[in-house]
Amino acid sequence: MAFILKELLDKPEKLTSGHRLCPGCGAPILAKWIMMATDFPLVVANATGCLEVSTTIYPYTAWNTPWIHNAFENAAATIAGVESAYKSLSRQGKIKKKVKFIAFGGDGGTYDIGIQALSGALERGHDMVYICYDNEGYMNTGAQRSGATPKGASTTTEPAGKVSYGKKMRHKDLTAIAAAHHIPYAAQAALSNWQDLMKKAKKAIEVDGPAFLNILSPCVRFWRIPDDQTIEISKLAVETNFWPLFEIDNGKWILNYKPRERKPIMDWIKVQGRYKHLLQEKNKPVIEEIQKEIDEYFHWLEKRCSD
Amino acid sequence: MKSKLKGYKEIPIGGLILDAGNAKTYKTGGWRSKRPILDKSNCINCYFCWFYCPDNSVDVKDKDVKGFKLDYCKGCGICAVVCPKKCIKMEDEDKFEE
Amino acid sequence: MGKRLALTGDMAAAESMRQINPDVVAAYPITPQTEIMMTFSQFVADGLVDTELVRVDSEHSAMSACVGSAAAGARTMTATAANGLALMHEVVYIAASTRLPIVMPVVNRALSAPINIHCDHSDTMAERDSGWIQIFSQDPQEVYDHILLALKLSEHPDVLLPTMVNQDGFITSHGVEPVEILDDSVVKTWIGDYKPKHTLLDFENPITVGPLDLYDYYFEHKRQQVDAIDNAFKIYPQVAKELSKLTKREYPMIEQYNIEKADHVIVTMASAAGTTRYVVDQLTEKGEKVGLLKIRLFRPFPADQIVNILKGKKSVAVLDRSASFGSFPPLAEEIRNALYDEKTKPPVYSFVFGLGGRDLLPSHVEHVFKGLAKGSFNTKTIEYLGVR
Repeated sequence: MAFILKELLDKPEKLTSGHRLCPGCGAPILAKWIMMATDFPLVVANATGCLEVSTTIYPYTAWNTPWIHNAFENAAATIAGVESAYKSLSRQGKIKKKVKFIAFGGDGGTYDIGIQALSGALERGHDMVYICYDNEGYMNTGAQRSGATPKGASTTTEPAGKVSYGKKMRHKDLTAIAAAHHIPYAAQAALSNWQDLMKKAKKAIEVDGPAFLNILSPCVRFWRIPDDQTIEISKLAVETNFWPLFEIDNGKWILNYKPRERKPIMDWIKVQGRYKHLLQEKNKPVIEEIQKEIDEYFHWLEKRCSD
Repeated sequence: MKSKLKGYKEIPIGGLILDAGNAKTYKTGGWRSKRPILDKSNCINCYFCWFYCPDNSVDVKDKDVKGFKLDYCKGCGICAVVCPKKCIKMEDEDKFEE
Repeated sequence: MGKRLALTGDMAAAESMRQINPDVVAAYPITPQTEIMMTFSQFVADGLVDTELVRVDSEHSAMSACVGSAAAGARTMTATAANGLALMHEVVYIAASTRLPIVMPVVNRALSAPINIHCDHSDTMAERDSGWIQIFSQDPQEVYDHILLALKLSEHPDVLLPTMVNQDGFITSHGVEPVEILDDSVVKTWIGDYKPKHTLLDFENPITVGPLDLYDYYFEHKRQQVDAIDNAFKIYPQVAKELSKLTKREYPMIEQYNIEKADHVIVTMASAAGTTRYVVDQLTEKGEKVGLLKIRLFRPFPADQIVNILKGKKSVAVLDRSASFGSFPPLAEEIRNALYDEKTKPPVYSFVFGLGGRDLLPSHVEHVFKGLAKGSFNTKTIEYLGVR
């Protein structure tokens, strides 16, 4: 069932104006969409990061739904605690309402410092969705490298320099890691494909048990792109197969989108300031290597999804 | 001079904020260097501008896109990019200053 | 009427947890706390409690889940020891600062390195500035009683702070002793229902918990915490009195033994008080004027009461079960600090004992009392009991 924007107009605003995320930030867009994708009452946990600090600067909060921030690495454990409280109180007849639980964490709080708590929460089977808004680095604190930073990008802790082309390693396949917990639902989505994203959000929230969403969340500031290019850059991520859209629904791998003609990775690289050093002649082999890795991964993914 | 900020006995304990959504009283419109201008004659009410706006700053009343909530719009220009009819233009904010 | 059981300190902790019947327990096993978790898990498996037991992936996640659960309005408990407490350190502060009345039995064990599984107080002493209430237990009976007391104290609306109920690893946690327990129904009635004012599951009044709090208000929130833990001084005696009526046992913040006639006093906590008491009895029989002051409530620290008792004494020895490298150990510092303003005050000598589970022998305590009587110790140095 497709979402119709005209109908979404009537949905309550769970993340209000007056938050202090940067102009053009992807995070509030995806947060708003996800919370519009369901009619269930939601409790939200948030890892330390851009979305958390910018939406709750005391004494202000942009959240119109119950919300908790605990620390950086423990959003999954925190929401697990909230969900456990709900489960216990419901069982004892102290709460009647059906409630759903989501956690937002950036890639730093998810791929890196929070992965243990995430893994534990997924394994224990809490009825929750963990959403990673992946902006590919520690952007809140000035673009330090994370496990999600792509190869070749320059960050402030693994910068490009005379003898370095920036990050040497590929980013982790966190969606596959989440899926390896054999949870009911895991998926990867992007802002360029909103119907796909909202359908995935609805499925993830409404499925009984743990779910995981990995959403590419452009950071205009530190990807060094214009403020208005948030959606366009997401499109390029998908069209170059840098960020494939797929889901693992009860163990079944499904490729949601295949570009008619895969665009060269150069299209994604050349428009972002964080990659500008790669355009130097000497770094041509790096781009070739990145292209090869993306094609190989997509090939693997296609095979995985055709089983 | 007495501070406008509250004392420790006047605020909820534990850092709780009890007034959900009160960030609305914090106006982010002052950040803007470009202002979106809507050419309503071309608008088809597709609501993309409303849907994509990171700051909930598109004013829709009775299912009709009316314009922008300038108290909050930070001027990112995403609305202008996603508009299928290209009926939103970003203009320099300076032009509107008195 | 209640009953008398043979229980270890860990089993006594689990027993009071069973009677409290918390909505949520999130915990991770660690020696020597594991038996609390194991015993309680069996209660869950046998349907004796309504608790949602969350078997988390680490102590960090344990305290994190407890914060989420308590903020959601559930009566929440956990238990830990040593490295586990150290791992949750970050969130221990968050629990207190968010004013969540979580009760946590802590089975005191030495912190690494080298790794050691036996008792000392280095784990809990590292948390003494975290904003938690800290209570020390001498034996399994006190463990049982203190956990009930802690729950009521923590949840009091004028306090709303978490409490650690400490017991000595292995010495108390694994030693079987007779423990009198109350009827389940008596405990249930006394603790009552937990009804927090603001919770994450109240959708009529959505709250924001744990915002970014910068220089405008962070200080004010800390100032509130100061008042809250000071309020515990006022509420503790009320709660202790209520519990005493049910158990016929007393729970003063500090416990005096043979103090009135004593010239020389040892101040200590937890199981060491048992050994000291034994020596006090023996020496008193021989006509020596010695006494014991046992500290039950360490945070907040009942300095005023302590001063009133110690100020007229000839000498005081403080026996700490943890070190503070580069300075005097925690309890000795507190006692000296408390006495500073007094015009006439006894010399305070500092002793460290029992690190990593080394026994405190009656001969050590005798050595201390004899030295006090002779005046043979030096206030400027720390003496280490039982080290080679």
